Amino acid sequence: MSAPENLPFGVRTGALAAAFKVLNRDLRLAVRRPGQLLQPLAFFAVVTLLFPLGYTPELEKLRAIAPGVLWVGALLASMLALESLFREDAADGTLEQFLICGQPLVGLIAAKTLSHWLLTGLPLTLMAPILGIALGVPVAAMPGILSSLALGSVTLSLIGAVGAGLTLGVRRGGVLLSLLTLPLAVPVLIFGARATELAIAGESLTGPLYLLASLAVLGATLAPLAAAAAVRIGVE
Amino acid sequence: MALPAQRCLQVTGANGAGKTTLLRVLAGLLEPESLELHWRGRAVSPRDALYHSDLSYLGHDAALKADLTGIENIRFSVGLRCSRDPAEISAAIARVGAQKFADRLVRTLSAGQRRRIALASLLLSGTGLWLLDEPSTNLDAAGQALIGELISEQLARGGAVIAATHQDLGLVAAARIELELGAQP
Repeated sequence: MSAPENLPFGVRTGALAAAFKVLNRDLRLAVRRPGQLLQPLAFFAVVTLLFPLGYTPELEKLRAIAPGVLWVGALLASMLALESLFREDAADGTLEQFLICGQPLVGLIAAKTLSHWLLTGLPLTLMAPILGIALGVPVAAMPGILSSLALGSVTLSLIGAVGAGLTLGVRRGGVLLSLLTLPLAVPVLIFGARATELAIAGESLTGPLYLLASLAVLGATLAPLAAAAAVRIGVE
Repeated sequence: MALPAQRCLQVTGANGAGKTTLLRVLAGLLEPESLELHWRGRAVSPRDALYHSDLSYLGHDAALKADLTGIENIRFSVGLRCSRDPAEISAAIARVGAQKFADRLVRTLSAGQRRRIALASLLLSGTGLWLLDEPSTNLDAAGQALIGELISEQLARGGAVIAATHQDLGLVAAARIELELGAQP
C-alpha cells in the first residue's frame, strides 16, 4: 500500500508529553469520581480501627502490633484500587488506542502506574500517621512511618500494575490479582513493618529504608516494561 | 493486494467473515500467522511506531471516557498523537456537527452523538490511513452521509481508507475498491 507524503500532520507529540497527558487525564477522571478515590482510604481506616475494638484497647499492646496492622491494611487497601487500573481502559477501547497511537506503551503504562500511586499510595501514606495515633504510636515515629510507607507504596503500585496487566483478560480477576500480587509484596511488607517497628522504638531505621528504596528503584526499572508487555498480551 | 492512494477499500462479507479481524490485524492489534505489509513503499511490521503514527483505527468501542466532556476526550486522544490548536479542534467539531453537545459529559450523550465525537478525533489525528470498522453504526441518515463525505475528503487529501461496512458510502466509482470476504475466488 502506498500514499503520498503531503498529509496534514500537526506537530508530533513527544513520548514524555504523551505520558503526561495520560497522567493528567487519569487525575482529572479521579476528581470527577471522588467516591472511587475515597474507598481505599475508608477501607484502610476501618480495618485499622477494628483492632482497638476487636483486640484490646490497651495502647501498650496495640503499639506492639501497630507496624503489622498499618502495613497489612495499607497493602490490602492499595490492592482494592488496582483492579480498576486498566479494566475500564480495556473495556472502552482506550488501551487499543494506546497500542496504536505510535507512542511507546511503556511510557503510557508508567504514567497510569504513577497516577495509581498518586491517587492511592500517597493518600494512604498520609493517612497512616493519623491511624497510628489510634494504635498508640508515638508522634516521634511519624516521620519514619511516612517515609517507609511512601517508599513501600511506590513498589506496591508497580508490582500491582504488572498483576493488573496480567489479569486483564480474566473476567472477575480481582481474587486472582491478589493471589498474584500479594506474594510479590512480601519483601515490601517485611522491610516496611521492620522500619515502622524501629521508628516506634525510637531507633534508627536507615537500614530497612535503604532496602525499601532499592526495591522501589528495582520496581520502577522493571515493572513498567513487564506491565506494558502484559497489557499488550491482554488486549489481543 | 495493493491499495493506491486516494482510494477507499470497502470490505464487505457476512457476519463472522473476518472484517473486524482483518482491520485489527492491519492495525497491529492482532498477531497474524503471516503478513507481509508495505506502507508508503516500505516494508513495515504492523507494530511499527512510525506506521502507527500514520494510522487511525476506529473500532466498535470509541475509546471515550464517560466522565470527560466530548471536547476533553477529543483533546486527549488527539493530543497523544499531535498538537492541534483550539481553532482546529472547534473546526473539526463543527465539521462533524457536534458543536451543540461537545462540551457535555460523554455519559449524557447518545450513542450517535458519541460516534460523532469519535469522528472529530479521527479527523484531527491527521493520519494517512484510516481503518474504520462499521463507522456508521448508530448514526442517523445525516450522519451516514457525513461518513461518506469525510472519507471523500480524506481521499482528496491524499490519504487512504479501509472501511468495513455494507453501507453505500456515496463515493465515485473510481475511488472505491471492494473486497468481499468469505467469497469463493
